[in-house]
Amino acid sequence: MSESRVSRRRVMTLAGLGVAGVAGAAASAGALVRGAIDAPAAAQEAAGAVPFYGDHQAGIVTPAQDRLHFVAFDVITKSRERLVDLLQEWTQAAARMTAGRDAGAIGAVNGAPEAPPDDTGEALDLPPSGLTITVGFGPTLFRDATGADRFGIAAKRPPALADLPRFPHDALDPAISGGDLCVQACAHDPQVAVHAIRNLARIGMGVVSVRWSQLGFGRTSSTSTAQATPRNLFGFKDGTANLKAEETDLLRDQLWVQPGDGPDWMTGGSYLVTRKIRMLIETWDRSPLAEQEAIIGRTKGTGAPLGRQREFDEIDLAAKGADGQPAVPVDSHVRLAHHSVNGGARLLRRGYNFVDGSDGLGRLNAGLFFIAYQRDPRKQFVPIQRSLAGSDALNEYLRHVSSGLFACPRGVRDGGDYLGRALFE
Amino acid sequence: MRPTRVLALACAGAVVAGLSACTAGGQEPGAAGGPVAVSASDTACELASAEVPAGTSVFSIKNGGAKVTEFYVYAPGDRIMGEVENIAPGLTRELHVELPSGTYEAACKPGMIGKGIRTALKVTGSAEPLTADAALADATDSYQRYVRSQTDALLPKTEEFVAAIKAGDVAKAKALYPVARTYWERIEPVAEIFGDLDPKIDGREEVIADGMEFTGFHRLEKDLWATGDISKSGPIADRLLADVKEIVAKANAEKLTPLQLANGAKELLDEVATGKITGEEDRYSHTDLWDFAANLEGSKAAIAALRPALEQRAPDLVKQLDSEFAATEAALGKHRSGDGWKLHNQLSQAELKELSDVINALAEPISKVAATIAAK
Repeated sequence: MSESRVSRRRVMTLAGLGVAGVAGAAASAGALVRGAIDAPAAAQEAAGAVPFYGDHQAGIVTPAQDRLHFVAFDVITKSRERLVDLLQEWTQAAARMTAGRDAGAIGAVNGAPEAPPDDTGEALDLPPSGLTITVGFGPTLFRDATGADRFGIAAKRPPALADLPRFPHDALDPAISGGDLCVQACAHDPQVAVHAIRNLARIGMGVVSVRWSQLGFGRTSSTSTAQATPRNLFGFKDGTANLKAEETDLLRDQLWVQPGDGPDWMTGGSYLVTRKIRMLIETWDRSPLAEQEAIIGRTKGTGAPLGRQREFDEIDLAAKGADGQPAVPVDSHVRLAHHSVNGGARLLRRGYNFVDGSDGLGRLNAGLFFIAYQRDPRKQFVPIQRSLAGSDALNEYLRHVSSGLFACPRGVRDGGDYLGRALFE
Repeated sequence: MRPTRVLALACAGAVVAGLSACTAGGQEPGAAGGPVAVSASDTACELASAEVPAGTSVFSIKNGGAKVTEFYVYAPGDRIMGEVENIAPGLTRELHVELPSGTYEAACKPGMIGKGIRTALKVTGSAEPLTADAALADATDSYQRYVRSQTDALLPKTEEFVAAIKAGDVAKAKALYPVARTYWERIEPVAEIFGDLDPKIDGREEVIADGMEFTGFHRLEKDLWATGDISKSGPIADRLLADVKEIVAKANAEKLTPLQLANGAKELLDEVATGKITGEEDRYSHTDLWDFAANLEGSKAAIAALRPALEQRAPDLVKQLDSEFAATEAALGKHRSGDGWKLHNQLSQAELKELSDVINALAEPISKVAATIAAK
């Protein structure tokens, strides 16, 4: 079936004067306009494809895209065979969609008229848009709440995939927490990200059931030195001190699971922690600028650490202000999150802002969907969050309402490989 | 790719009928092999050909208007033979429909309301229908027997329900309401063929069109449960019985095509997913699980009728359907209460989620049945 090898992008140019061509031209014009604001090269990149195959899964050190659709699934089958079949189908679909093609081999409009299409069609005429699809396995995939070994993989559960402890101030809603499997879809076009999740959920019907999902817009971290630091909904630059793709030594020590860390199947993978953090926007907006800066520990304008000049100046935790007090307050967010006070622990964050409308009291239901990748949550996320949850001045303006922990295996090497193969074979 | 496939299908039929147009290249204008172009606008509905040969016809409807439109092929009495909904401006959609010889009307419905812009359509000659396949012919006969068995119960049960309403016996009417509906819900795919009758009998308050009165089961449901006053419900009850009588007569005369059966099996599950699991269907009585069970049984009956044909074509699909039907019945079975079912508002969110999951798991393989039946 030659159609399936033609990317959506090529279809766009080939379609000529057809209906699809008109829509396609509009889409590409939109991409160009957006590109003109940044730089022409960025527009090219925003439309292009991110390689799917590799040693590591894409969507971790990939320069953070603008949009997110994240979903957690419960596995509802008892059959290991059906679960493995699904992982293989997902791998195929992910390889196609990240390349800008339809989810299924037949496509959205080429199948039998009596059959539902094997792609839902809303991404027809759209370029790959930097789509990445990243899959992880939750603790409950290995053992259920009663302790039963669901799929014969309990012995392979990595010690690092230990349930997260309860942190002070946690207000977690179980209905939007946890999950047996997760899929993170990031893209520069929200429709492309949503299309990816929608099709994977459709393919999984009967094997998995969507437990919860989250849309995000506006990346809140940069994961490459080539990216400018974006702002979160508090209006502050977020992710200045993030782990970045170019820091290969740090990535080895802090991000990728190394041989000998635990079961072999996770080598080359990374652990993912998600936290949906509701921001109490309205009260934050009423607090004075100086207080906001003292709470964060950076200036709101340039993002420089308090007491320093520029954004990327090293934070000086010892510096004293004119009043003799620490320039970076002892309960400020950047101090408590800093690796020097957390035994050197760092995270690769790639969170997104979210606004889920309003909450019925007229308040914005908004915040940060925090996403962090790391080599071992027990040594990284857990101590950092303990430090923050205990005394962070920011807590007054935050509510952690959802939490997730997932083991994201190494990348898919080639067309004969599939996500999680080393775990199941 | 698609035109080739349709041509092949049409030629296969023609070969059986006696080696005619296909060997000559199948180039007759308006032949079953080529789509009939339909040019739809806000004010016109033009068919490239007013006459098509019997068999499977393909209509290619291009909406050149500014309003979203629909395209229907009606047999006499406005019996819907096939339809395409939601054709957005600028889009072209296809309708594949099997038409025996006779006179029909094609209709475009700009704005998706009213009787639409009608055009006469003549179907001539004879073609081996899709049901020439013995297993498929058996399927339609078998399902017709099922419909009769259900209408045989629907009529007396509706009569009992109506009598209770008119006697002012609220308790008895409440008890009979979900029972009478069971026979209705099992055969809903048939009912839906008869355009206006379905909303008259089973329309919910919010879906009643402007200028149409809110009647039928759900009107009486509201009287029984929301107001508790049925002193003025007699005329509505009489109307319901008259409408049910009419649909029973029509349904018993109707033979569904194998494709309609397959799509009906899927639509019944869609009904469960969108109306029953959400509690929208029986919002006053909360007897949604009765309807759920009936929809599931109806879907299973339609699949059962198709079973011999499916066994020939896709034995693995049959196995999957069997196991998913069993899983759905088991999940629903947890909510039995006496001879009936728990009320929708007695189920927790987690229990409803489980029901939603099993319905999705079953609907997925069922969505493959139509293409399996149409192939070959």
